[in-house]
This record gives sequence, C-alpha cells and structure tokens, in this order.
Amino acid sequence: MAAMTREETEALIQEVLEVYPEKAKKDRAKHLAINDQSLEKSNKCITSNRKSLPGVMTIRGCAYAGSKGVVWGPIKDMIHISHGPVGCGQYSRAGRRNYYVGTTGVNTFGTMNFTSDFTEKDIVFGGDKKLAKCIDEIETLFPLNKGISIQSECPIGLIGDDIEAVSKVKHKEHGKTIVPVRCEGFRGVSQSLGHHIANDAIRDWVLENRDGDDSFPTTPYDVAVIGDYNIGGDAWASRTLLEEMGLRVVAQWSGDGTIAEIEKTPKVKLNLIHCYRSMNYIARHMEEKYSIPWIEYNFFGPTKIAESLRRIAEHFDDTIKEGAERVIARYKAEYDAVIAKYKPRLEGKRVMLYIGGLRPRHVIGAYEDLGMEVVGTGYEFGHNDDYDRTIKEMGNATLLYDDVTGYEFEEFVKKVQPDLVGSGIKEKYIFQKMGVPFRQMHSWDYSGPYHGYDGFAIFARDMDMTINNPCWKSFKAPWKTEATESEPVKAVA
Amino acid sequence: MPSVMLRKREDGKLLFYVAKKDLEETIETIEFDSPEKWGGEVVLGDGSKYYFEPMEPAPKIPTTLQAKRLAEG
Repeated sequence: MAAMTREETEALIQEVLEVYPEKAKKDRAKHLAINDQSLEKSNKCITSNRKSLPGVMTIRGCAYAGSKGVVWGPIKDMIHISHGPVGCGQYSRAGRRNYYVGTTGVNTFGTMNFTSDFTEKDIVFGGDKKLAKCIDEIETLFPLNKGISIQSECPIGLIGDDIEAVSKVKHKEHGKTIVPVRCEGFRGVSQSLGHHIANDAIRDWVLENRDGDDSFPTTPYDVAVIGDYNIGGDAWASRTLLEEMGLRVVAQWSGDGTIAEIEKTPKVKLNLIHCYRSMNYIARHMEEKYSIPWIEYNFFGPTKIAESLRRIAEHFDDTIKEGAERVIARYKAEYDAVIAKYKPRLEGKRVMLYIGGLRPRHVIGAYEDLGMEVVGTGYEFGHNDDYDRTIKEMGNATLLYDDVTGYEFEEFVKKVQPDLVGSGIKEKYIFQKMGVPFRQMHSWDYSGPYHGYDGFAIFARDMDMTINNPCWKSFKAPWKTEATESEPVKAVA
Repeated sequence: MPSVMLRKREDGKLLFYVAKKDLEETIETIEFDSPEKWGGEVVLGDGSKYYFEPMEPAPKIPTTLQAKRLAEG
C-alpha cells in the first residue's frame, strides 16, 4: 500500500471513531491526529496525559509501576519494599529485564520481591509497625544492602500510614538511606506521575547526601547516563561508546545503577538524558541546584548515534570532539556492513509503533537507517512535550495516536496494513494472530541490547527475522490456499 | 501562581516550564530584561501572558520562580 494522503488518514480516523457514543467520540478525537511537520507545538493537533475513558481498553500502568517498576526498581544494591498487599510486587517482579552485575540475594536484589504483605488487620490497625519490622528483618537477612526504598501501594495512601516517620526512625537506627516513596497507584492518570514522584523522592532523600563532601575526585570529563534502564544490556552498549570517546561515566540511572552512583551525580559536568519522559524532572532540578547542564541524546541507529555523539562532544574540549569522530569512524565499517546486509531485505517495509514515553520517537531513526518507514506512532503516557519532539521525526500525514485503545489500534492496523507492529506484550498475540509480524519494543522481545552500534546490529537482525520469517506465508490453512500456490509442492512430492 | 522553571535553551532563548501543566514554551518578550532589573510581564511563544514580580538584580538562571497568569487580551 502506498503512503496515505492527509485526506485518507483523516477518513480513517473518522471511520474508527464512528462506533463510539457521542461523548466518547468527542474525547477520543482529541487523542488521534495526523502529523503535520509544519506545526511547532503539538497541542495544536493532539491532547495527551489525560485520564483514560472508562470502558475502553487502555494499556497504561499506574504510579506504582512508574516508580517501583521503572525508576527505583533497577537500582540494584537497594531493597525496594512493595509496601502493601502482595500482588503488586509479585506480578511485576523481574519482568523488565534490567540486567545487572552482582550476586542476587547477597549484594544485589534486582529480581527479588520484597513486600510487607498487607492483610485485613494491617488495613484496620495501620501498617507502620509491620513496616518497621520488615526493615529490621531486611537488615538481619540482607546486611549488604545499601539502602531501602518504600514503594507505596494504593492502601498506604488510603489509610494514611506515616511511612516518612518510620523511614526517619529506621534511618537513625540503621544508618542507611531509607526512602519513602508516595507512589500509590491511584495517583495520576498513568505511570508518568509515578516517574515524577520517584524523581522527587530521589531529589528529597538521596541527591543531597554528599553535598559539601569533596572527597570524590572529579575530572573535567565526568558525565552521568540518566534514563537508561539497561534493558537487555542497553546501558552497557551505550556506556562503552561514551567511554571510548574519552568521557568518564560516573553514574548510570538506573539500569545496573547503585545508590552510590546516584549520590555522586551532582558532581558530574554534564547529564545525558536518554529517557526524557521518566527522568527530565531530576535533570532540571540538578541544572537549577548544581548548575549541571543536560542534553537529550538518542542511541538508536547509526545516524542518530553519530548526531548524538557530536552533540555531546560539543560540551567538551577538542580531545572529546576528536574522540567522537574516532568512535564514529571506528564503527563505520561495522554498521555499514549491517546496513548492506539487512537494508535490501527490509527496504520499504512499513512500521507502526505504540510504546511508552520515549521509544515512539527515538527508534524512528534506526528504522529509517534500514530503509523502513514508520507510518504511525503513539505514546502510552507521553505528554505534550513528547509530541512536540515527535512531530519533526515523523513524516507528513502519518498517524499519531495517544493512549490508543485496543479497538482503535486493531482497526488502524487492519486499514494501514503495516509490515511490522512494534508494541508491548499485551498487543503481541492479538497482532500475531491477525497475521501481522510483531516485535515487543518494551523488552526487545527478550533480545537486546538495541542501543549503540552493537545494539543496532542486533536490532537489524531481529527486525529481519521477524518480518521475513517464513511462518507468515503459512498463515492460510493448506486446503484453503489457491491451487497455483500448491503446484511446486506437488512437483517435489 | 504556578511555579515556573526557567532555563536557557541552546540558542539562548529562555524556556518557561511548568511541570504540573506540561507547559514548555519559549519566552518571546520580557518587560524588564537587564542585569539590574528583571521581570514584569512576559509573553510566551503561544501568546499567553504571565507576570513575574520585578527583581533587582536579575536572578541567576536556571531557577524556579512564581509567576502570575495574566488574562489574555
């Protein structure tokens, strides 16, 4: 199918909206848009970060998911207590594939689930005593932990427990950082507010720990990688490039990160933000309080990597600028070979994306490097500033959908007929059963890393083996295939 | 009275950011913009107007300040 015109896209949106009742239609219409590159601001065409409509299928998460699952969870040497009933922690345990180095259960705790396991009694009489006991038990059983964070689940806010007071008392008693996080699931409209609350907790309880302590030797080339969760090893693939160009990566937030790294971040010279949506708040805070500038970068696909490396280098002296050129030159043969191998197999293929808060725009460059075209994209929990940054990346008259409902997404895919859909696990089997090749773009479908030059090779291979998989040709039952198609089979028999 | 974070963009323009409102806009004009006196009425890229209590001397940017929203007109 050729690229859609503006009118066709508009007609498609109207057609999809047709089934909704009047009120729902009016609301959803604001979240679906046709991209127009001439616009500077996204609020002229799309509304985002609003409450989902009751009754539609949304795939958003909650504030607890944003704080415990995304921001705090990957900090490996801290223990994160899912404070409340057991389910929230258990069903989100170890699902995100944030890789880390360490011995789980001894000095790292990434894939373990700690919970205060609320029961009726705790709701009636309050759970503060239980929390205190929980912290004491953790200190006895896991003495090598470097700190504890308390991730509130819904009941904590509802019954009004004073987790801050418990944290202060236990901090005095054990001398460790104990962070209460008020990330009850009912706060906000999606996990996005959870990111913000988590950032604020880092700001209030962790970041100032080493203010006035200059014992950490700094260099002029110190940077922090912020908003890289090391999914399938992403942060490692990014870190090598930065180190190769001569920078010193002091901290990784928060994939494979430690609390010591976070405490040292205010000493760096530049903050590098990958996931803007989940970590821009803390970067803005550090800019204000510690005068550390920050920039956004993008390590998906060679074009964007080269662009980002040069942008980062501009903040430093000539040795780093030369370093950036050296790194780009060193990997050129490698990524040219990847493009030469996969581009002929993928050229012209069309992709629709629907991901969280960063990748809907960041991966576009990587697809374009492979000659593919992104014809629709949308954010689960993006804000206006995310869409501002998306408009220029997407082609004209392509689809933008915010907090898309299950129904809308299926209809869009049926009509647009993309060659690949990139979204999450909840969409995967629906589209595969519809016969559309699908990649999970949250967890890299258990592959990865996709960041950096090393990651690009894996990305290209994965997209190829999904789109050009022979299984898509076997989709029709043999007795339903046309006679002409079965001729060669007979000849072989 | 929203809390506004002010920061300089790479091209030197001031960015006006209100986290709670998801508002990130450039500041087009400021009533008083000199090292001695700063503030007054500001006009944003989208045409909306805000008012900062004039400050002497000018604040160090980036910073967070309280602004008053002025009626459009």
